[in-house]
Amino acid sequence: MTTTRRQFLLLAGASIGAATTARAQLDPNVAAQRKAALDAALRKVVGDAPVRRGRVKLDLPPLIDNGNSVPLAVAVESPMTAADHVRAIHVFTEKNPQPNVVSAHLGPRAGRARLATRIRLADTGTVIAIAQMSDGSFWSDSAEVVVTLSACLEEGLI
Amino acid sequence: MVNAIVNVPAQAKRGEVIEIRTLARHVMETGFRRTQLGELIPRDILTSFVCTYNGTEIFRAELHPALAANPLLTFTTVATETGTIAFRWTGDNGFAVTETATITVT
Repeated sequence: MTTTRRQFLLLAGASIGAATTARAQLDPNVAAQRKAALDAALRKVVGDAPVRRGRVKLDLPPLIDNGNSVPLAVAVESPMTAADHVRAIHVFTEKNPQPNVVSAHLGPRAGRARLATRIRLADTGTVIAIAQMSDGSFWSDSAEVVVTLSACLEEGLI
Repeated sequence: MVNAIVNVPAQAKRGEVIEIRTLARHVMETGFRRTQLGELIPRDILTSFVCTYNGTEIFRAELHPALAANPLLTFTTVATETGTIAFRWTGDNGFAVTETATITVT
């Protein structure tokens, strides 16, 4: 059966209506709340110390088809000796219901400061990786990603 | 039933940096999804992962709901001595799984 122009317009209108209803269920302040949660999570890890950009390389695809499984890799420039090594790598997201993704604790026995995993992303936004060095300094990198299919919300709101 | 897969090279030279890949089988239910009736599905995730090399902890991670189902973790270590590398995942509802691998260092 071919779809007529009229049927198509009706369907399109109905789906836009459904999407608006779904969005209406979310708290209007959700962006502000998630920003506050991200700031709180960062402060919990970093405290008042300054976070500098550099030394960390966060690698994830810029366009993500499926937010349920996103390959992510973090590499930190460090000699990984007993005197100078990466103590921890933390990953955060801006738009997920909870900002924390993973916190990895490593030491000089790691040889290289590298971590790879697969994460979930709820929405288009920023992903942040922070490395804590043995001298107490913090270094970070961030990546902007576009997510077309969201994780978390697929059954509840759509 | 296999609950975890670990990939460790069987042999390595002393001092070599080896890559360890681990995969645990777990749904990692986030606690944010709802059923069609609107009921919240309770959270059921892995919360912690520890890797020990002959009893010494070499890598530890705190896991959160934002990790994909069947969490994959890839990291590196220096091959220091022949022995056992043990992996332990723990999670909600008393979930715990342990896996070991042996490595021969020459």
